[in-house]
Amino acid sequence: MAQVELKQVRKTYPNGAEAIFGVDMQIDDGELIVFVGPSGCGKSTLLRMVAGLESVTSGDILIGDRVINDVSPSERDVAMVFQNYALYPHMSVRGNMSYGLKNRKMDKAEIERRITDAAKMLKIDKFLDRQPNQLSGGQRQRVAMGRAIVRNPQVFLFDEPLSNLDAKLRVQMRIEIKKLQRRMNVTSIYVTHDQTEAMTLADRLAVINEGRVEQMGAPMELYSNPRTLFVASFIGSPAINLIPAKFDGTSLIAGDMALAGFSDLPTDKDLVLGVRPDVLTVSDEGQFSINVDLVEQHGGENLIYGSLPSMVSDAGDVQEICLKASQSLLPGLDEKMTLAFNPEDAFVFEKDTGARLK
Amino acid sequence: MERVPISTHIILILGALFMTLPVWVAFATSTHAPETILREGLQFWPGPHFFETYNEVLFVEGGVMKKVTATTMLKNSMILGVGFAIGKVIISMLAAYAIVYFRFRLGVPLFWVIFMTLLLPLEVRIIPSYEVVANMGLLDTKAGLIIPLIASATGTFFFRQFFKSVPDELLEAARLDGASAWGFFIDILVPLSKTMIAAILIIMFVVGWNQYLWPLIMTTKEENYTLVIGIKQIYQVLNEGGELPQFQKAFALTILATLPPVLVVLIFQRWFVKGLVESEK
Repeated sequence: MAQVELKQVRKTYPNGAEAIFGVDMQIDDGELIVFVGPSGCGKSTLLRMVAGLESVTSGDILIGDRVINDVSPSERDVAMVFQNYALYPHMSVRGNMSYGLKNRKMDKAEIERRITDAAKMLKIDKFLDRQPNQLSGGQRQRVAMGRAIVRNPQVFLFDEPLSNLDAKLRVQMRIEIKKLQRRMNVTSIYVTHDQTEAMTLADRLAVINEGRVEQMGAPMELYSNPRTLFVASFIGSPAINLIPAKFDGTSLIAGDMALAGFSDLPTDKDLVLGVRPDVLTVSDEGQFSINVDLVEQHGGENLIYGSLPSMVSDAGDVQEICLKASQSLLPGLDEKMTLAFNPEDAFVFEKDTGARLK
Repeated sequence: MERVPISTHIILILGALFMTLPVWVAFATSTHAPETILREGLQFWPGPHFFETYNEVLFVEGGVMKKVTATTMLKNSMILGVGFAIGKVIISMLAAYAIVYFRFRLGVPLFWVIFMTLLLPLEVRIIPSYEVVANMGLLDTKAGLIIPLIASATGTFFFRQFFKSVPDELLEAARLDGASAWGFFIDILVPLSKTMIAAILIIMFVVGWNQYLWPLIMTTKEENYTLVIGIKQIYQVLNEGGELPQFQKAFALTILATLPPVLVVLIFQRWFVKGLVESEK
């Protein structure tokens, strides 16, 4: 158990490509941090740098109070769960779990004890003598986790461990990982591109974009108080509605709509209005109206997609608006709906820099 | 099962006959007395002298050569074939491991240099190789017979392709598990390559068994002859004349020379095919 600290960590590949631009981060003991971002944003690279599978170009990575930049992966006291499990195909489950311990010259009885404990915890004790190719995807995932657990490491690293599983199993394993991490109370870093996974697992989230940490904080903080356009658009499902707008000194102008309730915004810049689908309400006194294009019924709620008639881009694309409504609200296609929102709940971003203005 | 047209069967049967008939004729002829062969030529049906001929060839000194029996030559061939195959597998696995997993300067050009030697037959380097072995005092030794042949571009190439198909995550998992470079090779790569190793062992055994030119110039003493050399020598004896030509013994020796490779392939063919086609890692 330990803290992990990243100080101005950078990564430049030998061919000059820059992957990570100075990341600072403090991860507390026992915390589960999720790195989330689109593919190619550098989240896996950052994780692999902590694991020791990628070198650190500059800056320091600390586990506990030890700088581990030049420590070999096996001596960093970290364990990693890979996306494709990376089980040794020719070894039994027991062999897979014991390999790392044998390399550490651990006592046989102790190895056996740890394997039995971990196998019980993960409910794989019946499969200990099977080969990986005789196991299902979910079972392999458990073995991969077992291999990490028996090491009793200071830090767990998860590299998109659930992305090869089907949707149902993914939810189930997600819950189990969370429970397991709570119980073992081991500092963990978890990489994913799935924002639902990120929101539900994380103690704190780090949203990573193009090699930089855009924002780091508790999931709900990022959801309700995003610092940039990127964070707002990445976090939340269904995604936030983003509407290009301008400020004329008194109200926000989007297409032919003039939205009141905004102030202190620059008048000379292109802005983006961000409204979450769940803060929109249907109201006769609404600020704008949409034509319904599609209704998705999710059971407990309906997602209503509609277009803003006044806002058609030069290319002919319509501005889509999504609204989260109760299951009882079921408008017909092309029906006109008037929507309202409280300006307090909306965000305004500067279009060019992505910075949040309100 | 799908019905196969009769013409297909006929073609296959003809092909099989075409391939096996010479072997059969060699076997049938080897069981006749030398006089019969001299008088009537090649024989299509087995004769009465099977045990006599093979006993003499295998166990009686002076039966085929002046000093050695076919058993000794079989043993020599076996040592060459097995040593050749094992040596090639070990050397080419290590070379491929270095090329694939260690990023060293000139790794890629070096691989292509190795690869290009595929284009050169042994005959091109046979004089310099002989010179080296002779200077090392290894003429007429088993080591001298085997070692100069075990560098293998083919083997290196096959293992390189195989290692490249092993997922990187396995290496990374092993690194996190504290495996050394040697540990990863022995504990992970070698077991994963099992079928590949088997396939290459078989191919290389047959190639080693059939080596002719190199053993011919490397060995001067009869007791170091391999079977393939023995066959050549016996024909030479035949041509020198004097006695009645012992054709039946030459044929018997040929049959004996084909047996081990055939047996090896038959016994290991399941592994062999698996090694060549397997894609599961």
